[in-house]
Amino acid sequence: MKKQLPVFLTFICAFLLTVQYFVPHRSFEQIYEVSNIWLQIIGVFSIFLGITSLVTMHVRKIRHRQRQWQYSFITLGGLFAMVAAGLIPALEQRGSYEWLYDHILNPISATMFSLLAFFIASAAFRAFRARSAIATILLLAAVFVMLGRVPLGDRMSHGLFPAIADWLLNVPNVAAKRAILIGVGLGEASMALRVMLGIERSYMAGE
Amino acid sequence: MRGFLAKVSQLDRRVIFLLMAVAVIIPLLFPAKLSVKVTPESKKVFDLVESLQPGDLFLLDMDYGPDTMAELEPMTYAIMRHAHRRGARLICMCLAATGVSLIESEIRTVAEERGMEYGRDYGYLGYRPYPAAVILSMGQDIRQSFPIDYYGTRLDSLPIFRNVKNYRDFKFVLSVNATSGVDAWIMYGKERYNFPLAIGVTAVMAADYYNYLQSGQIVGILGGLKGAAEYETLLGEGERATIWMNIQSICHLLIVVLIIIGNIAFMAGKKDQS
Repeated sequence: MKKQLPVFLTFICAFLLTVQYFVPHRSFEQIYEVSNIWLQIIGVFSIFLGITSLVTMHVRKIRHRQRQWQYSFITLGGLFAMVAAGLIPALEQRGSYEWLYDHILNPISATMFSLLAFFIASAAFRAFRARSAIATILLLAAVFVMLGRVPLGDRMSHGLFPAIADWLLNVPNVAAKRAILIGVGLGEASMALRVMLGIERSYMAGE
Repeated sequence: MRGFLAKVSQLDRRVIFLLMAVAVIIPLLFPAKLSVKVTPESKKVFDLVESLQPGDLFLLDMDYGPDTMAELEPMTYAIMRHAHRRGARLICMCLAATGVSLIESEIRTVAEERGMEYGRDYGYLGYRPYPAAVILSMGQDIRQSFPIDYYGTRLDSLPIFRNVKNYRDFKFVLSVNATSGVDAWIMYGKERYNFPLAIGVTAVMAADYYNYLQSGQIVGILGGLKGAAEYETLLGEGERATIWMNIQSICHLLIVVLIIIGNIAFMAGKKDQS
């Protein structure tokens, strides 16, 4: 029963949602509408699951004094501070949530992303080497796209770099991406079929 | 010379960080405005907004947070100003958890600047989790996901939402997005409900969506800060992205120079070894 029930439920849900796509009847539309609402409700519960998992993991880390356990206090503190600032009316009315957002989350996120520019420059200098023919092609493509996508590159080459960059984006890039997407699509369809028919059961934690 | 090249190949990364900082700061201190060449994919997005008639309604989805705001915020401002210039009305929403307050302040900034009235000229639905589920349900009725707006007001009490049920009531959907939600908009939104969809994404994401542009699944793409600068050029208003593009120009040039120097040093070292 422990195995059969989830497989049966999965099959029913997958079957109905697949069929409704091809049957333009009101009853199937209702199934679709109801399943959309269910999807969002189940999704909201997974937030609680995520928070529980996060708290459990960090509490365990602190209790067992695992490596860098001190940072777990910051994670938990941040989590509870944001939740309290948003949920407690007295704090919310004083604009605590906005303050935390504007003065902590906003600068931290922007700083983390901005640091990428420095690391990309350093990594490009150290790792972007013409070691083989393939690496050289990749390197040249990167250089043309980098210069072709900025006004300075346009000025320097009288429009040549942007033309090359556009060609790279519209021809080889699209061809490769399309091939990958077709492969991914076929893989997804076969995996969906395996899940629907109960062949693939990894979502039941290896049951 | 070889000794010098060997030293260069071992260059301390802090020197590179310093060079990058200088490359960012100098164009910021002395802003220049180099003209930006407009690409067809950006022009298509502009033309889509330009096609709006006074009173037309469109959905502007903004899914990004503070990390990518430098690239996408100028885009949002340009689009909103353009919509206001056309006399169009817009409903905004956000499917990125870290962007809700940021988006609200951006909308408010443009609204105050242009004297737009909330509930009449524009509306803000706020945030809901799980983009795919929200996008699918909005195709049936936007009230399924958003019974109330960002400020807690029931949708039907605001004039802008009154006759709006689903995507059929919008002229098009424009998603300014830094998340994988773009795929959800294409697969679950555009493909299921067949509305015109245009996207604005970060520069690194843009390359992933050219195939959807060629297949006609999206109308146009604004790619990163360049897309925003192109939009500003077409609009003839705003210069934030255009000026910032010069910073990007210098930074890209620096990276290319570093790659070239790194490769010269690498080849010299290889020759020595052989």
